[in-house]
Amino acid sequence: MSTASSSVVSDQFPAGLRVLVVDDDPTCLKILEKMLRTCLYEVTKSNRAEIALDMLRDKRNIFDIVISDVHMPDMDGFKLLEQVGLEMDLPVIMMSADDSQHVVMKGVTHGACDYLIKPVRIEALKNIWQHVVRKRKNEWKEIEQSGSVDEGDRQQKPSEDVDYSSSANEGNWRSSKRRKDEEDEADDRDDSSTLKKPRVVWSVELHQQFVAAVNQLGIDKAVPKKILELMNVPGLTRENVASHLQKYRLYLRRLSGVSQHPGNSFMSPQDASYGPLSSLNGLDLQTFAATGHIPAQSLATLQAAGLSRSTAKSGLPMPLVEQRNLFSFDNAKLRFGDGQPQHMNSGKQMNLLHGIPTNMEPKQLVNLHHSAQSLGGMNMQVSPHGGHNGQSSSLLMQMSQPQARGQILNETAGGQVARLPTSTGQPILSNGIAGGVLARNGIGENGRAGYNQVPQTSSMLNFPLNHTAELPGNSFPLGSTPGISALPAKGGFHEDANSDIKGSAGFIQSYDIFNDLQQHKPNGWELQNVGVGLTFDASQHSNSLRSNIDVAPSVLINQSYSSSQRNGQNSNASVTGKAIFSVGEGTEHRNNGQNVGQHMNNLLGDNSMRIKTERVPDTSFQPALFPQHFGQEDLMSALLKQQQDGIVTAENEFDFDGYPLDNIPV
Amino acid sequence: MDRNHPQHQVLHMRRSLFDQGYIDKEQFIQLEELQDDANPNFAEEIVTLFYTDSARLIQNIEQILVNRPIDFARLDDILHQFKGSSSSIGAKKVKEACTQLREYCSAENAEGCMRTLQLVKQEYAVLKRKLETYFQMVRQVG
Repeated sequence: MSTASSSVVSDQFPAGLRVLVVDDDPTCLKILEKMLRTCLYEVTKSNRAEIALDMLRDKRNIFDIVISDVHMPDMDGFKLLEQVGLEMDLPVIMMSADDSQHVVMKGVTHGACDYLIKPVRIEALKNIWQHVVRKRKNEWKEIEQSGSVDEGDRQQKPSEDVDYSSSANEGNWRSSKRRKDEEDEADDRDDSSTLKKPRVVWSVELHQQFVAAVNQLGIDKAVPKKILELMNVPGLTRENVASHLQKYRLYLRRLSGVSQHPGNSFMSPQDASYGPLSSLNGLDLQTFAATGHIPAQSLATLQAAGLSRSTAKSGLPMPLVEQRNLFSFDNAKLRFGDGQPQHMNSGKQMNLLHGIPTNMEPKQLVNLHHSAQSLGGMNMQVSPHGGHNGQSSSLLMQMSQPQARGQILNETAGGQVARLPTSTGQPILSNGIAGGVLARNGIGENGRAGYNQVPQTSSMLNFPLNHTAELPGNSFPLGSTPGISALPAKGGFHEDANSDIKGSAGFIQSYDIFNDLQQHKPNGWELQNVGVGLTFDASQHSNSLRSNIDVAPSVLINQSYSSSQRNGQNSNASVTGKAIFSVGEGTEHRNNGQNVGQHMNNLLGDNSMRIKTERVPDTSFQPALFPQHFGQEDLMSALLKQQQDGIVTAENEFDFDGYPLDNIPV
Repeated sequence: MDRNHPQHQVLHMRRSLFDQGYIDKEQFIQLEELQDDANPNFAEEIVTLFYTDSARLIQNIEQILVNRPIDFARLDDILHQFKGSSSSIGAKKVKEACTQLREYCSAENAEGCMRTLQLVKQEYAVLKRKLETYFQMVRQVG
């Protein structure tokens, strides 16, 4: 990473940064020009948006960044922003004397990488180069990745996903789309890297026509052919439309991250129960998406372990969150053993299922560790909470989730460890996920003196994982939401033309849960997985010394999943999700020293999922340290509900009495 | 230093512009700091540019307010620019008057708009005189 960034930066950087500044106000323009020159940037100014756009089109590669006023008579700054985003994907900074929130929000939702309030201070301009570096860095990485891709265009998309950390959305979103018109998607793909092909200039008018057509059709149903028919523009080819459609989707995806928020539960009072964490996730991420920083969140007893990621990647100069990439998060609502259903609300017009930040709200919050990871295409937030359960047993949770970014870089970062030091008994809950391409990445789990570390390595480019651990009273739901979307499968992945996931992504997830309840209380563990749904409930016997839940889902091309269950003291539940939208499966759970195998075939939509049992070696576990007693009667039900407009969702409920599995497609 | 020394007078006037709220100190200092060998009189150039351009804006505003029905949307656009440029030179009172006018504009209060426009013009004229005097003194000091 550090080499990547240094390679795009010259010694004199940022001197010579090529800036195009657009403002209809001559006074502001002149001041800005002077300020930018004082910063040693190379400045081109324009007082008209149309002219600026022409310049950008004519001299495609001579600008590094664009700064534009919002209010301009000839062309709204947002339109310029939109055009730039669609056509050249340069970082654009918006500025305005208007500091009202909705205008700033509009800038952000339209893809501005920054928003400056007039009067603009030179201090703000001194830092704009960071946007360029961020972007270039991604490009650089893209090249690197595409170099290793032997599959051409189809593979390139996913790598783009990585760059725009909205990838979580993208995959899911695309999935929905792709299922409908596989063929058109393929066309899109073919055009995706066609910078060299003759290019239609998408004027504002043409673009408006296009948008109108898309809106008329509905974004999910808008295929190039139909759009072309609706637009009815002579000379325009289906390929042109397909290409533009793809950019438009990318653009929408970028927007969706933020646009979702205002109407979404983050800010709405109804979510009060959701608590501070959710708003933290929502608002802060939103904010930070705008500023390019990931918050170290500390709230009350909340400790942020999130930035451990960045430290693990030393030398990575950029903020974890790519700026243009706005996150969209679904909220997993937490429940406290009250059986209230969970909703996954995914926002907005695009109906994207995004990475869901993990939010935890223990009733009694002893310590809360919040670790957030977000890098490129991976968004991960983990918030384990340790809470006292009703019986004063304390719980120690640790989640470490290092992620490898990209296959090439394939680095495994150190892992985030959230610790909840609690009183005495040291029950430990350790939740780790290891995802590896080809299911090859080892799951290292180290049980150490009350701490478990589960390094997670995922080479999937687009693999948001979310875990929600809840510790209500004596039931412990864990929500895990790996959203695997549009996995750019390279190398070891097989390609499946009909599958959204190109190739098979194998990953192993392993959850080890050591739970010590001194009161012999029934514990319910509930894992909820949305996106790639993983749901399992484990109820343990009071006699078992410890409960160990290993989850080893592997996602195969056609979405077959294997789940394994293990021996007596370990309950292994694995569920796997679907790569394509939100299919959640739940799985089972284990109790006595038997191996229970379950085969589950679900047909959800077009996807069939198979869960088979397999054994997963339990790499780490320390029986002696963590005795657990669980009431067996405890019955858990996993409920996974996803509500997304237009998106197929699955709801699974599992009762563990007889291990019936019900899959209810919603 | 002699109280009547020109340099002292410049500093005194500059400070009073800040103290009396005509000029936003930070922004004005930013402009001054942009002055270099290439643009030794940058602040003055900008102020001159502002007055040239905003005279046109005020004219447009007056025109809009004369016509019926009043095109409040366009008025808002112009006011927005006016606000942006006046804040850019640190013309604090002008900007405040602009903000006020803009509020009447969004309330579509024609009478309030016209009344506040007078305030804008007044602040605008007062500042113009003061700045002209100031820059004249600056030039004399050299």
